Amino acid sequence: MFADLPLLSLLIWTPILGGVLVLITGNDKNALDAKVIALLVVLVTFVLSLPLFGLFDSSLAVMQFVEGPHVWVSTFKVNYHLGVDGISMPLIVLTTFTTVLVVLAGWDSIKYKTAQYMAAFLIMEGLMIGVFASLDVILFYVFWEAMLIPMFIVIGVWGGERRVYATIKFFLYTFFGSVFMLVALIYMYYQGDSFAILDLHRLKLGHTEQILIFFAFLIAFAVKVPMWPVHTWLPDAHVEAPTGGSVILAAIMLKLGAYGFLRFSLPITPDASSTLDGMMITLSLIAVVYIGLVALVQQDMKKLIAYSSISHMGFVTLGFFVAFSIFENTGSWNGAALGMEGAIVQMISHGFISGAMFLTVGVLYDRMHSRDIAAYGGVVNKMPKFAAFAMLFAMANAGLPGTSGFVGEFMVILSAFTANFWYAFLAATTLIIGAAYTLWMVKRVFFGEVANDNVAKLEDLSIREFFILAILALAILGLGVYPAPLLDVMGPTVDNLIQHIGQSKL
Amino acid sequence: MDFAIPNYQVAIPEMFILAMACIILLVDLFLTERTRSVTYLLSQSALLGAAVLTLTTFSEGSQLAFSDTFVRDAKGDVLKAFIYLSTFMVFLYARSYLQVRNLFKGEFYVLGLFAVLGMMVMVSAHNLLTVYLGLELLSLALYAMVALQRDSIFASEAAMKYFILGALASGMLLYGMSMLYGASGSLDLSEISRQITTNQMSLVTVFALVFIVVGVAFKLGAVPFHMWVPDVYQGAPTAVTLFIASAPKIAAFAMMIRLLVDGLSGLQSHWQDMLIILSVLSLAVGNLFAIAQTNIKRMLAYSTISHMGFLMLGVLTGSSEGYAAAMFYTISYTLMSLAAFGMVVLLSRTGFEAERIDDFKGLNERSPWFALVMMFVMFSMAGVPVFLGFWAKLFVLKELVHAGMTWLAIVAVIFSVIGVFYYLRIIKLMYFDKAEDKSPIEKNLDLHFALSLNGVGILAMGILPGSLMALCISVFV
Repeated sequence: MFADLPLLSLLIWTPILGGVLVLITGNDKNALDAKVIALLVVLVTFVLSLPLFGLFDSSLAVMQFVEGPHVWVSTFKVNYHLGVDGISMPLIVLTTFTTVLVVLAGWDSIKYKTAQYMAAFLIMEGLMIGVFASLDVILFYVFWEAMLIPMFIVIGVWGGERRVYATIKFFLYTFFGSVFMLVALIYMYYQGDSFAILDLHRLKLGHTEQILIFFAFLIAFAVKVPMWPVHTWLPDAHVEAPTGGSVILAAIMLKLGAYGFLRFSLPITPDASSTLDGMMITLSLIAVVYIGLVALVQQDMKKLIAYSSISHMGFVTLGFFVAFSIFENTGSWNGAALGMEGAIVQMISHGFISGAMFLTVGVLYDRMHSRDIAAYGGVVNKMPKFAAFAMLFAMANAGLPGTSGFVGEFMVILSAFTANFWYAFLAATTLIIGAAYTLWMVKRVFFGEVANDNVAKLEDLSIREFFILAILALAILGLGVYPAPLLDVMGPTVDNLIQHIGQSKL
Repeated sequence: MDFAIPNYQVAIPEMFILAMACIILLVDLFLTERTRSVTYLLSQSALLGAAVLTLTTFSEGSQLAFSDTFVRDAKGDVLKAFIYLSTFMVFLYARSYLQVRNLFKGEFYVLGLFAVLGMMVMVSAHNLLTVYLGLELLSLALYAMVALQRDSIFASEAAMKYFILGALASGMLLYGMSMLYGASGSLDLSEISRQITTNQMSLVTVFALVFIVVGVAFKLGAVPFHMWVPDVYQGAPTAVTLFIASAPKIAAFAMMIRLLVDGLSGLQSHWQDMLIILSVLSLAVGNLFAIAQTNIKRMLAYSTISHMGFLMLGVLTGSSEGYAAAMFYTISYTLMSLAAFGMVVLLSRTGFEAERIDDFKGLNERSPWFALVMMFVMFSMAGVPVFLGFWAKLFVLKELVHAGMTWLAIVAVIFSVIGVFYYLRIIKLMYFDKAEDKSPIEKNLDLHFALSLNGVGILAMGILPGSLMALCISVFV
């Protein structure tokens, strides 16, 4: 039954139209109606995304569920063209899953303009799915940029004290990043006379052209991931964003940058990627180690998790670019797949873990309106169930075996060993640093004596909160214990990608 | 001498507007204040009538008339149609604004229609004299409209400035034309074009080109000939600013195409360099200075300057697709500008001009719908997908890259990013700040409806930009 439906279009347009509906019908007097509609819409979208997983043929590396190309703007040869492969499909499911949690998380904590809040997240969900599903670069670019609008509003309206600064910085940084990509895309259009992503993969490009295009992409994606040194917008945006905004930022938006590397940089400019892999690995390792150390000294819980996110995303870019180093070292591409698959697992796992961490902070923030680590202490005495979840998420963030955080990091480190001992050594330090900052924060917030009267008045999780955190805990443990289904789905696509980047385009 | 009867049919819409303007001038004499709406309705029907005349007699080829001084072709007809449309919307938006300020007079409409006539002549000009005639008709009408609020010091100052600088620019243009006439011995644009391509061009034609480019740049408001723009936009009554910022830009674009492309295409390598300098300066100055403004009309004026820079980028590619891109940009800009100034008109009310950007504070609380419309307009002007302005910028950038000027495309996008900041600031004021002024927006059915349509149109045309693009390309290729 599902095979005949235009699933991807439904996934994109159901939440967008649902968001418009919520926007039209909702106001502050009937906030509950808006929330119910929004929840229904995200649940429907999530259910619609399940057949994507179920019906996906994981033996194939080609695009599946393809729609189009339908002509959109004929004079530009821009098409409405959708499809997913083993890389984008799990990310779409992650998006629909996370948005359900975000809607639930905002249920009570958003006190004003609830309908607009819900509508912004619904529209954002559709746009993000559009980014993952686009097979036409202009379509991709439209979703990619349009997505900034709801996020800009979410941080600016429902954010913290310095929200205006943070949201404008967020918008300008990411907008600045992507305009160069647009010029590069137009340039390639005139080389290959096509805006189709798969045509660009096959496009022959000279070495200098590739280097320039690589940098144009790099600015766009490095800002989004974010990589050191263009990461400074992220801590600000995370700290000021409402919980839901932080979750979406960390769980999905950062993945868009990493996805961009996989979909554009690597296959379109393989020779430039190979030439510049040293730079990319260095930047990734700086993110892993240096940003990890920065996280250690944070006083603000959200800021700490934000820096931890940057550090973990360093693993993702490391996993992508270490492939070239492996090839240079060993003369074969064996082991490259391990790193790349590890990086993708890390993307999904980080989606769960960072989402969970931000939701944890959100639970505390809703009660005490403080993100300062120093304002807490001994929370475990008052909120034992909550503390158990928080401990699990912290362990996952530190990369404890058995949680999803371990799988990706371990694969990437293993793969980095094939390339260079020191890469692996530096990357592995994160297991120590990560454990240090996460567990130290947990210790200060949760353990010890009850710190003050405010903590003493805390109440444990409501059923809604328990449900949200429990689902995430299951996801994290599930992926940690049995990552095989995810690896199976992405396997052929990753192999195909590695085979593709192994062939010079010169 | 051959005394053939001129082919009047070619200029039917122009004659209709002229006749209607004269009729309205007379009818208005016999109207009292209470029945003034008749003038308004007559003016609107004049525009509708002209639109019907233009569209029903639309034909693909080009026809010359009146000793080849006047041309009617597809691109002219399309541009005229958008001139009618934007003037129609200006009259609609401005009505209540004028009424409460005691400016609801016949003169506004008569001058407006004469300005439309001037623009139509500019669009259809095929001779240096016709260009000049149209331009002066437009300019004189605009000078008077700026001064319409005659007891306002700001308006008088703005009108004076506009008039003096405008006269200077016209003088420059005329000087360039005279040199061109001296060099080629003709005022006819195709004859001049033929002369330049066949004969070796002399220094004097290049000299003439400089003056003509200066004149055109002044009318567009390109840097460094932009000084009048912020002052006039700010000083003029908002209803008049609304007009100056919309349809005349289409006419100025048409004048640029007629002079530089139809007449002086042989000098393309020369005017290309000049336009590069003008457009980069316009992008830089427009976007940077707009950041510092606290008056919304001045901010939009600087934004206009940067948009004109972008528009010239399309023209300087020298390809027909590039001209089409510039035309698409002009039309998109006009629609966005109408909506933006329409919002300023909407927020103004009896005894209150919504001139400071702070007047947009907390608009989301006062009227979520119009805050949304303004957000559409701002994001569109900033060039964020999926609004119309994005496609306009994309089209121009694409033609720049096609013409091998990728570096210029990069310069353009860098300044666009800078420009995003001040558009975001308006959205910030509307959504993130508390309202100082809690009074609800005054009820005004037709303004509300038209402005909503304008805003939704910007989104809808952003989702489906194909047909307008194809139209722009078809008239040039």
